[in-house]
Amino acid sequence: MDYFLQQLINGVTLGSIYGLIAIGYTMVYGIIGMINFAHGDIFMVGSFLALIMVVAFGVTAAMPLTLLILVLLGILVVAMVLTSVWGWTVERLAYRPLRGSFRLAPLITAIGMSITLQNFVQLSQGARNKPVQPLISGGFTLMGGDGSDGSFVVQLSYLQILIIVVTTVLMIGFTMLINKTSLGRAQRACEQDRKMASLIGVNVDRTISLTFVMGAALAAVAGLMFLLYYGVIDFYIGFLAGVKAFTAAVLGGIGSLPGAMLGGLLIGLIETFWSGYFSVEYKDVAAFSILAIVLIFLPEGLLGKPEVEKV
Amino acid sequence: MSDLVSESRLKASFKDSGIAALITLALSFMLIGMRTEISIGGLAVDYRWAAVAITVVVVFAGRMLLNMYVWRPETPRTVTFRTVLLGLSILAALVIFYLVDRFLGAVAGLSPARAIESNDWLWILLLLALAVVAAIVATALLGLAEKRAAPTGPGAAASIKAGLAPLGKWLPLALGLLAVAVPFILIEWLGSRGSRQYLDLAILVLTYIMLGWGLNIVVGLAGLLDLGYVAFYAVGAYSFALLSQYFGLGFWMCLPLAGILAACWGMILGYPVLRLRGDYLAIVTLAFGEIIRVILLNWYDFTGGPDGISGIPRPTLFGIEFDRGDDGFAALFGLQYSSIHRIIFLYYVILAMALVTNFVTMRLRRLPVGRAWEALREDEIACRSLGINTTNTKLSAFATGAMFGGFAGSFFATRQGFISPESFTFIESAVILAIVVLGGLGSQIGVVIAAVVMIGGFEFFRDLQEYRMLVFGLLMVIIMVWKPRGLISTRKPTIGLKRRTGISADMVQEGQG
Repeated sequence: MDYFLQQLINGVTLGSIYGLIAIGYTMVYGIIGMINFAHGDIFMVGSFLALIMVVAFGVTAAMPLTLLILVLLGILVVAMVLTSVWGWTVERLAYRPLRGSFRLAPLITAIGMSITLQNFVQLSQGARNKPVQPLISGGFTLMGGDGSDGSFVVQLSYLQILIIVVTTVLMIGFTMLINKTSLGRAQRACEQDRKMASLIGVNVDRTISLTFVMGAALAAVAGLMFLLYYGVIDFYIGFLAGVKAFTAAVLGGIGSLPGAMLGGLLIGLIETFWSGYFSVEYKDVAAFSILAIVLIFLPEGLLGKPEVEKV
Repeated sequence: MSDLVSESRLKASFKDSGIAALITLALSFMLIGMRTEISIGGLAVDYRWAAVAITVVVVFAGRMLLNMYVWRPETPRTVTFRTVLLGLSILAALVIFYLVDRFLGAVAGLSPARAIESNDWLWILLLLALAVVAAIVATALLGLAEKRAAPTGPGAAASIKAGLAPLGKWLPLALGLLAVAVPFILIEWLGSRGSRQYLDLAILVLTYIMLGWGLNIVVGLAGLLDLGYVAFYAVGAYSFALLSQYFGLGFWMCLPLAGILAACWGMILGYPVLRLRGDYLAIVTLAFGEIIRVILLNWYDFTGGPDGISGIPRPTLFGIEFDRGDDGFAALFGLQYSSIHRIIFLYYVILAMALVTNFVTMRLRRLPVGRAWEALREDEIACRSLGINTTNTKLSAFATGAMFGGFAGSFFATRQGFISPESFTFIESAVILAIVVLGGLGSQIGVVIAAVVMIGGFEFFRDLQEYRMLVFGLLMVIIMVWKPRGLISTRKPTIGLKRRTGISADMVQEGQG
């Protein structure tokens, strides 16, 4: 039971990170119907930007708590802004010129962009693992005392709380943005009918760009969280995280925001429980298999709308 | 010439380039300018502002040039176009200069290998002459193309194509003959010791050509994007390796088995996923490729895990081994033993396999199933309404492609003598896909050219090896944006009505052309 609880906590934390990345996939798919294969690498870039700032500002756990939180917040904002610029540039260079081209063309450029980003970061930052010291340590012990009697200790760390809280806040904010603001309205309009939206005065190109920007900003948040949670990153993290987040988006129903969050949580839980109870080696196989199974048997996902094929 | 460049144009270009430079600055100042290095007590930042400055300047200058000389559709291409021509010609000349310098120098056995360093004025003169000729030819060709294009307008491309048609007819034959002659030419020039590395490279290139042709059936003909093609390559390689390890079977016995197994895997995978839409299919194939790799990596008892399988038998020529023994190839044919014999043999094996792949593909394109593949690529809904069983058609393309992947995989295993999951990563799939995409989806000769240029280029610029994947990713993007149909785009159906109707740009854009 206590082992289960610990896995549950870990799974929810991991799932929050996947959910944040999955939103980027789902929004882009919703609006232009393409799989932004490079999104995982945008997440990786965000993570690296956060890492560079953490190292450059000399952020350590020894800082006073308020200062630490302020600095991390500052890093988060700057990383979000710069990663957004990356997201915008990728869209501008690789996808916009191909809008209206045949369906697989943007997917191929997306793969090219993904390779480019990975190798760019590998070249500019080096291929080795980049470890950072844990910045936020400690937490609540929920069960099992201090572990002196040999029982299993269930811990909820401050970092996990932070990740879950930040994710929840961002997701609520995001849902409001999509549902309440004029930008969200424009996005939903583009999603339904791009031509019609442009006829009634929606700047379609700008809306699509902003979608990429928002997705990239959320990926940057996920990048910082990933860095804090695992303490080590390399240029290749984007591939696996990207595929898992994409799985999450598909599982939840691609194009649906709540679906992405739900899918992220589920994938996080499945992965943690799989490695907790079965085998760690095959945890990536689990994610990939779920992707294949969901796509084959439930292509519209849990919360998605069935797609109507139009001639 | 300057009167063509209006002042407003200059201003606009300047502004645009400035914005691009600013964005580049925002993108690069951290990732390029601040490199995190491992030092005592954790990471430290190594500042490299000069690199950022160079990047920004290069982007600004490049964008400025593009703005001024390339992206200006409103002015007639007169003097400026000539300037671009000249620039291109100079570029072509430089490239040829470099290639000839590196290649001829090595071939002629100069020391130092590069002619330009040999201080031999005759060689340098020859190089210069070649470069100048190349420049003139390039200018003339491009100018001719322009002149032909000018009066006919939209039909210009057709007239150029018509001019190149005889070339297209003879090129494959010439290339084939060249491929057959390559080992002898190399040995004649470089001796058996010196030619080994080039022969190895040729074998590698041919392997990729075969893989490219195999994938071309799936992606180019049937229009199914397969991101996990390397899985079938792995299935082929491991089938052979495991069959030989557990049952002691030889290469020729395993080759068909490996192909069949890979085709079966193609069907097992394909059956459930082929009703998915194109991009979903791509992702599922990617997932499948990774699953195979992870399983190979972790099933230690059976596949050897990360240690791989070694001691894979070499191929034999009708039972004759290529070894030093009394009944080895050299002894039987009265030759002096040399390890190059086996390399040459491997070269011809892969050449034959590749040619078979090509032959089968070309014939299949003329069969109903090949026609159905192409029809499917062009319009799936129309296909369905005409009564083509799309699932079976897709499945046959998938399995055929997988089979050739399996053949190539088993050749790879026998050539290396050792395989491990390391060789079957996603990047490998991406390289093969890039060969198909860059060569032009569906074009057989395009695959050859793309494979030679890319794989040969990789080896050629070995000094710049760390940049190669970056360049290669960028090329994928640039070529897709610039020419979505690939560099050599012969996506016209194999069969058509007598009267060829031009497909309008709108149709192409909608994905129907």
